[in-house]
Amino acid sequence: MRLDNTDRQLINLYQRELPVCERPYEEMSRKLGIAEGEVIERLQSLQDSQVLSRVGPVFEHSRAGASLLAAVAAPEEQMDLVAARINRAPGVNHNYAREHTYNLWFVMTAPDEDTLEERLDDLEHKLRLPMLRLPMVEGYHIDLGFDIDWEALP
Amino acid sequence: MSISTSRSEPGYVLCKLDRQLILATQGGLPLVPDPWGTLGMELGLPADEVLARFQRMQDAGVIRRVAAVPDHYRLGYRFNGMTVWDVHDDAISDMGRRVGELPFVSHCYRRPRHLPYWRYNLFAMVHGTSREEVEDKASQIKAVIGDTSEGHTILYSSAILKKTGLRLRKS
Repeated sequence: MRLDNTDRQLINLYQRELPVCERPYEEMSRKLGIAEGEVIERLQSLQDSQVLSRVGPVFEHSRAGASLLAAVAAPEEQMDLVAARINRAPGVNHNYAREHTYNLWFVMTAPDEDTLEERLDDLEHKLRLPMLRLPMVEGYHIDLGFDIDWEALP
Repeated sequence: MSISTSRSEPGYVLCKLDRQLILATQGGLPLVPDPWGTLGMELGLPADEVLARFQRMQDAGVIRRVAAVPDHYRLGYRFNGMTVWDVHDDAISDMGRRVGELPFVSHCYRRPRHLPYWRYNLFAMVHGTSREEVEDKASQIKAVIGDTSEGHTILYSSAILKKTGLRLRKS
């Protein structure tokens, strides 16, 4: 995916935070030195090509609900089946396969803590695999992205 | 060790309209000159009230930030390494902060151990275009953590499993 300098600048400037004001794209356009319409077009096209997963709010799940990182160690031959069951479970919004005995890592979400626990218990029962529950105890750097080294990208 | 789970704090109670606004924006803001007006039409509210509610949720910490969130995998960071560390309890807050400040770390959290199955209590996520790049970043973390860690490992993601299906990494 080749991005031109304006796209790169747009991501550099706004991957952490964009203005929440009456005309956010107009304010961005002034900083980027392009027209508001072009900001919107570029954002749309970066979103369509999935370079941007979204242009919008990042919610604090602990304030808008509850969430928890969990992992299971699925036997190699059952991995697809277990992964599919996890993906189907209500509330699961991420699921990564990782190279480790604990090979499936997912985030369970729910509107509140009680529902979260019910969902995890229910899934654990369905999977018949012990689940590692790893709530966040302390956050030192929460999902703020990182500086992109454009020259190093393929 | 006391473990505080991420429970909602009192102070700001989401009302029905807030929840509707969350539902309407969780996939992204409308990409039009007046996004609040468009949302207002959907929710039956004037644009300025939508914006005011949105800002209030941001002030209250319900919305962490509003951003153009990149998909690092699509950008070319094909290697995602969850580095996990077994850090002494008395050093972890300090180490967590210092590791979290490294410019290439995207997330850094303390999580509970589950002995004897899981001994790692510090999680730091790094991304690279190669395994070597991830390993190099992990050694920079190691340089910060030093001997306050009893051991670490890197869990590479081999597939991002989404509702839409399996997206395998090119190997």
